Amino acid sequence: MAETETKQPILTIRGLVVETIIGVRLVDRIDVTLQRGEVLGLIGESGAGKSTIGLAAMCYARAGCRIAGGVVDIDGSDVRMLDAAGRRDVRGRRIAYIAQSAAAAFNPAHTIMDQVCEGPVQHGLMNRTEAEAWARELFRALDLPDPDNFGNKYPHQASGGQLQRAMSAMAMSCRPDILVLDEPTTALDVTTQIEVLILLKRLIREYNTAALYITHDLAVVAQVADRIKVLRHGKEVEEGTTSDVLHAPKQEYTAKLVAVRGAAASERASPATVTDKTILTVADCHASYGIVKVIDGVSLDVKHGETVAVVGESGSGKSTLARVITGLLPPTAGAITFKGATLPKALKQRSKDLKRQIQLVYQIPDVALNPRQTLHDIIGRPVQFYYGRSGNDVTDRVAELLRLVELPENYMFRKSTQLSGGQKQRICIARALAAEPDLIILDEPTSALDPLVAEEILKLLKRLQEELGLAYILITHDLDVVHRIAHRTAVMLKGQFVAFEDTETIFRGPYHPYTEKLVKAVPEMRIDWLDEALERKRVREAAEKTDSAKVA
Amino acid sequence: MLRLIGTRALLGVATLFAVSVLIFVCTQILPGDVASAVLGNQATPEALAVFRKELGLDQPATVRYFNWFLGAIQGDLGKALTNGRVIIDEIKPRFYNTMFLAGYSALIAVPLSVGLGIIAAIREGRMIDRMSNVLTLMTISVPEFFIGYVLIILFAVNLPWFPSLATVYDEMPISERFYVATLPALTLTMLVAAHMLRMTRTSVLSIMSSPYIEMAFLKGLPRSRVVVRHALPNAAAPIITVIALNLAYLVVGVVVVEAVFTYPGVGQYMVDAVSKRDVPVVQACGLLFAGVFVGLNTLADIAAILVNPRLRHKR
Repeated sequence: MAETETKQPILTIRGLVVETIIGVRLVDRIDVTLQRGEVLGLIGESGAGKSTIGLAAMCYARAGCRIAGGVVDIDGSDVRMLDAAGRRDVRGRRIAYIAQSAAAAFNPAHTIMDQVCEGPVQHGLMNRTEAEAWARELFRALDLPDPDNFGNKYPHQASGGQLQRAMSAMAMSCRPDILVLDEPTTALDVTTQIEVLILLKRLIREYNTAALYITHDLAVVAQVADRIKVLRHGKEVEEGTTSDVLHAPKQEYTAKLVAVRGAAASERASPATVTDKTILTVADCHASYGIVKVIDGVSLDVKHGETVAVVGESGSGKSTLARVITGLLPPTAGAITFKGATLPKALKQRSKDLKRQIQLVYQIPDVALNPRQTLHDIIGRPVQFYYGRSGNDVTDRVAELLRLVELPENYMFRKSTQLSGGQKQRICIARALAAEPDLIILDEPTSALDPLVAEEILKLLKRLQEELGLAYILITHDLDVVHRIAHRTAVMLKGQFVAFEDTETIFRGPYHPYTEKLVKAVPEMRIDWLDEALERKRVREAAEKTDSAKVA
Repeated sequence: MLRLIGTRALLGVATLFAVSVLIFVCTQILPGDVASAVLGNQATPEALAVFRKELGLDQPATVRYFNWFLGAIQGDLGKALTNGRVIIDEIKPRFYNTMFLAGYSALIAVPLSVGLGIIAAIREGRMIDRMSNVLTLMTISVPEFFIGYVLIILFAVNLPWFPSLATVYDEMPISERFYVATLPALTLTMLVAAHMLRMTRTSVLSIMSSPYIEMAFLKGLPRSRVVVRHALPNAAAPIITVIALNLAYLVVGVVVVEAVFTYPGVGQYMVDAVSKRDVPVVQACGLLFAGVFVGLNTLADIAAILVNPRLRHKR
């Protein structure tokens, strides 16, 4: 980047302040300088103001917020001084946005081609025919299937990974100077994430586009960014080159963020809790939604005090397995044994006591808690329902459970809306514990949480297992989590287990090819990891080519 | 998708069938039957028996229902009791009149209120948004006869632009009909505009917080284009439903307006029949109104299916 540094920066933000209408500061005096072709990573936990800064760079504030101060200078002109028409002219044409969830960012009512071409046509850069030709070229560059006809699809007809790439095409449609990428790969599976990451990096290099790359995942940003800015509570913590931030963080907060990622390598599930008494056995289970077969012959066993992880990409059937075990979706074939007795297939046929012993914790705590109930009601309900307790008895028990999940007792009469994401997940866990279960099914318990908060939840789960001898079935796509708390791990692909062994053994290798794909797709905290992954992919493809040539 | 539409259509037919049962039952449980109503003072037991036999009232209710229903679907609604005329011949020109007035009002009301609703959504919180909201709310809060008379005073008496009586006759040329029916059509427009305007505005605005709307703004599109091209197609389903309900009201709920302007529609005919206890006519009008109501709502449901791209284009 040496030759670009002498030139005038394409984007300069000075003293940016964004406030809510009632005056709460979301972003506090932030400076950003971006050279042409340079990628700056904005990193921080949720609420750190990263997205707000990204949008403010386009001179846009979400409803209820406003840009209260500062200068947003794109290629020498202050966008904040422009009128509405002038700002519209900049948006999309000079600086374009790539959102986190492509599925939500595409309008369901129009074809992808219509939406990709809309920018350049409306900005008067191309006519429709030119725009379509350019869109097809972008589709091809982004490795989309059947690029000539891909645009005719409606958003619901394309997969998540395809949509994310189509959105990159939409952002590039006006050949902007700057891209704002707001968590562009967070909603994707690890294996899809790496593909999109490779393409984004290529796109940025090929067209010499500058980019603000917003993410909470240090390992991801390490692959694409030249420099990293760490944010917390709307303020800058530090900024430096990517390798400086990763290897020599100046601030304690940054060091903590870096350390979370590193913890996985050293930490292991403690074998002490596992007993040899089997609590749950699933034998050759099959299940389907209508005519679509989702689980195809799965066998699994869990011991008292053990954590069994089920990993796989979305659509592999892992959440369905949880539904089958809880009885929400009765299996079409196969048997489930719980504590030596056959478990009735449907939830309706299970006794209250059986229901009590298997509890479920959901992925997104925000929607798993009734916002109108107090925590006392939420946690107290299973206490009343399963144990017939009432009055002060319930209150005492709720207080005890709150202590157990490390929340203050006086939170009892708050509502869940007053809690943070991590606290909400603690409440979900407390609610499951209220039933005094023997087995808890954890469906992606940490994936909706920030890394540092997720870390705390994992610690809590481990402690509870040690104290109460709980068995967990952990459903996740995050191999880091698996590493740290699972005793045994099952790898799921298309409704079947391709491997089910000790976690150690699974990660040591030799791998099943699919396990290898999963393991190798998890970004590592090294700057050149993506290039290595790319190299590996090229080698593998070349090998496959020679293999198939040999066969022919 | 065809299956979905087929199901909706079948459901419409089933609803209509259920409504016909309901109409029949309701007219049956009215105290006193037709025979005693017609005979009045001369209702000796013998005369009643003879008259009932003549009308087929001595048969069980289920038989009478099926006779009536089967006749109705073949276009035979029976004869009026009071004057012995064939109901279908009486009702046809009146129904045409009612449909004409409803169509005329819809032609003004739908584009006006949907258009204003879109403009109100584009200029949310501005003058035109508030004005259109307050004005339509006012017109819907005032009884319809009052609006009718105010319009007559303004545009028939003070400014003699339109006739105060909307009496149409069969041979009237179409342009004349439009001219004569203008005031009742305007009255009806004022009655239904508020619903449609508010629904259009609300459903468009509720879409405006979607991520794809933010995306459209970030592409640099002006607000008018974002609303019309990105929000409106996704807000269409609830708007269509409300339009259908209001169109049905234009047909069914015009009794008062017809009375104010002495417009010869089905509404007046039905009111007359009710006051004279002419049960077959009441049944016929009821069935007709139910048919229009169910038909329009079924059409709206089908249209709502058609505007959904997820249903139109399979994965």
